[in-house]
Amino acid sequence: MAISDLLGGFADAITPVNLLFALLGVLLGTAVGVLPGIGPAMTVALLLPATYVLEPTSALIMFAGIYYGGMYGGSTTSILLNTPGESASIMTALEGNKMAKAGRGSAALATAAIGSFVAGTIATLLLALVAPTLVEVAIGVTTADYFALAVLAFVAVASVLGSSPLRGLASLCLGLYLGLVGTDVLSGQERFTLGIPQLSDGIDVVVVAVALFAVGEALYVASRLRKGSVQVIDHKGSWMTREDLRRSWKPWLRGTAFGFPFGVMPAGGAEIPTFLSYATEKKLTKHPEEFGHGAIEGVAGPEAANNASAAGVLVPLLTLGIPTSATAAIILAAFQGYGIQPGPTLLTTEGPLVWALIASLFIGNAMLLVLNLPLVGLWVKLLKIPRPYLYAGILTFASLGSFAVNADPLDLVILLGLGLLGFAMRRFGWPVAPAVIGLILGPIAETNLRRALAISDGDLSVLVDSWFSRVVLILALLALVGPVVLRAVRGRRATPAELARDQEEDREVQKAANREGWGS
Amino acid sequence: MALTRRRFLAGALALPAVSTLAACAGTVVAPGDLSRLRMMVPASPGGGWDTTARTLQRVIQQTGIARNVQVFNVEGAGGTIGIGQLAREDDDALLMMMGLVMVGAIDTNDSTTRLDDVTPIAQLIAETELIVVPAESPYDTLEDFVTGWAADPRGTPIAGGSAGGTDQILAGLLAQAAGIDPLQVNYIAYSGGGESLSALLGNQVAAGISGTADYGPQVTSGDLKGLAVSTADRSEAVPDVPTILESGFDVEVTNWRGLMARPGMSDGAREDLIALVTEAHDTDEWAEALDANGWLDTFQTGDEYGEFLAEEETRVRQVLTEIGLIE
Repeated sequence: MAISDLLGGFADAITPVNLLFALLGVLLGTAVGVLPGIGPAMTVALLLPATYVLEPTSALIMFAGIYYGGMYGGSTTSILLNTPGESASIMTALEGNKMAKAGRGSAALATAAIGSFVAGTIATLLLALVAPTLVEVAIGVTTADYFALAVLAFVAVASVLGSSPLRGLASLCLGLYLGLVGTDVLSGQERFTLGIPQLSDGIDVVVVAVALFAVGEALYVASRLRKGSVQVIDHKGSWMTREDLRRSWKPWLRGTAFGFPFGVMPAGGAEIPTFLSYATEKKLTKHPEEFGHGAIEGVAGPEAANNASAAGVLVPLLTLGIPTSATAAIILAAFQGYGIQPGPTLLTTEGPLVWALIASLFIGNAMLLVLNLPLVGLWVKLLKIPRPYLYAGILTFASLGSFAVNADPLDLVILLGLGLLGFAMRRFGWPVAPAVIGLILGPIAETNLRRALAISDGDLSVLVDSWFSRVVLILALLALVGPVVLRAVRGRRATPAELARDQEEDREVQKAANREGWGS
Repeated sequence: MALTRRRFLAGALALPAVSTLAACAGTVVAPGDLSRLRMMVPASPGGGWDTTARTLQRVIQQTGIARNVQVFNVEGAGGTIGIGQLAREDDDALLMMMGLVMVGAIDTNDSTTRLDDVTPIAQLIAETELIVVPAESPYDTLEDFVTGWAADPRGTPIAGGSAGGTDQILAGLLAQAAGIDPLQVNYIAYSGGGESLSALLGNQVAAGISGTADYGPQVTSGDLKGLAVSTADRSEAVPDVPTILESGFDVEVTNWRGLMARPGMSDGAREDLIALVTEAHDTDEWAEALDANGWLDTFQTGDEYGEFLAEEETRVRQVLTEIGLIE
């Protein structure tokens, strides 16, 4: 039934004109994904007038292409320039950029591209086959359950704390604090905005990520340029090796398994599954020593997760008319522009259109792979640009991106201020990733906790009311105390070796803080 | 001097280029010229203000009322960042989209720029608010629901859009009319109609308030029960749902949207803008857009609109104070 509908969708989508719009969409999407600040949502909004002249199928195919393309593009700058184009690519930057610096940029880009394709294809297949069943389960996920998921994700942060938990936790708290800035969702009251109206909607995650990662690093490199010779990246190999592939395919599948359900859940988002995927890969890997220095699993998993989540988001949109991401909201507006009301009846009233859209997602996904794999060789050449010019370019793009959103000079001041903070953190060996994760997770956890307690009128038992939240909270507890308990059970024999390793890591941090050229 | 082929071609190319440039310069400089128009949306792309602005942009361009309309977004703080920017503008060919939410946001954000600091042009449209309960809810009518609500206001969580917005204002007004202490209303703010919709479909909250565009399809399909609409007349989107007035409560709210322009403009410039918006409103294309979006035609202009704004300001401030959002 669904298969024949899908084939009908392919027949509608594979017309020369529609293929052209799919290509245009993925090209545009990749381009805006690369630029921080200009996301797919803004792009689709700017192109909404196109719906007045285009056939519904063509326009929606183009928009879907932009949406998927944005997810691809975001990873490229994350890996090569440590500049995440959107929030779901932040985890990719952690290992991906380390790989690029070790001369394995093309392997990182390839695993991201193939992983995105694999995840996108599997998730789109799931979207086509099980969407109606799945969405009923997803709707049952309560506010308290979302809080439990956020708690689990906090545990995952432990995997990026670095060798000094104290510094990692301090960085996390900094992120949590930055997450408080803005208008409180539940009461509408402003917090920590210093009376500056531009802060009343909070500080954009992408701005913080770009400032801490990219601007901080650019300043750090600039501060070190005069000392010592410039390290040239020795570029090894242009494609994934057999070993890379062997280490990537399981993370791709696990990433998909994390990403898709979160996309389907109305308040799931694309960030939490990337955190969970990263933490899982770090736990399961056979090469734990590589994590933090460029482990391919740490790129493959999160990249698959964010693309699978992008497909998942379309499930509530198409089956219930619920947009759960900014881009989905604008695609919804495009539907409405054609007088089509997405909702429980969409599949029966507009069946052919929906199937053509789903078919075009497969096509767009394949196009992105074909487009991106040959480009890998070209992208990595970026790193051959002499560093002063490269970092000047990164600073220009970062500033343009944050200025473009509102054309407000204050956004540049915020970018530079946070960039200086990022520089200081790098100089003194504080990890920046926990800060960004805290900024993302803090508001999710707080809003859902308070919403759950408001709905129950203050009754705490609501937090463990459903089997879902119980299971998730127990998982979080196990992940947190499990290693400690195991260590205690194993007794003191393991301790000296671990102590030695810890000391070794401490020295690493110290070295990293003092190292010339590439910061750690 | 012989007119060479090359020279002739260059001249032929240069002539239209120069005249185009001159024409462009003319449009920028000439006062009262509205062939190029800018429209600010003081919110993110994809929301209600954005959709309304982009629909108006399409109508104006399609019908040739203005050659070029540029829509841009200035996000933040319920639109108060946008109105602050508008107050510093000196461009007569700039319109700002706004609506009921901005009235509340100016008070809750303590904005230094207020509505009477800028120039009212026209009210364009209004959306109907819809009060719903989950399909599993014991209540079938607004009267039944209000009885249950009055008995246990804290235990009756009501979902809706952002704090201080139209949905919460309606919840506060209904509580007042029903004799429930507005401070006791357990309003659960979600960031949009979509998020609150999933809470309703999951039966997590007792009731929900949002636009007919958000909840209408679910009421039609039977996944939610529609209790009442907020306008004086029933909505075409959900014709079986009675109005709040019909249900015996003296509450009427529309989620209206309109246009403002920069402060201190001349009467002539203001009349020109009003004439342009009126011309767009009178087109068939606009009538079709109203139908397609389920918008009510609440068109009014100039001073009439200014007086309406003043009344809404008083009413909104009063209810937000009683809910406890502003002091």
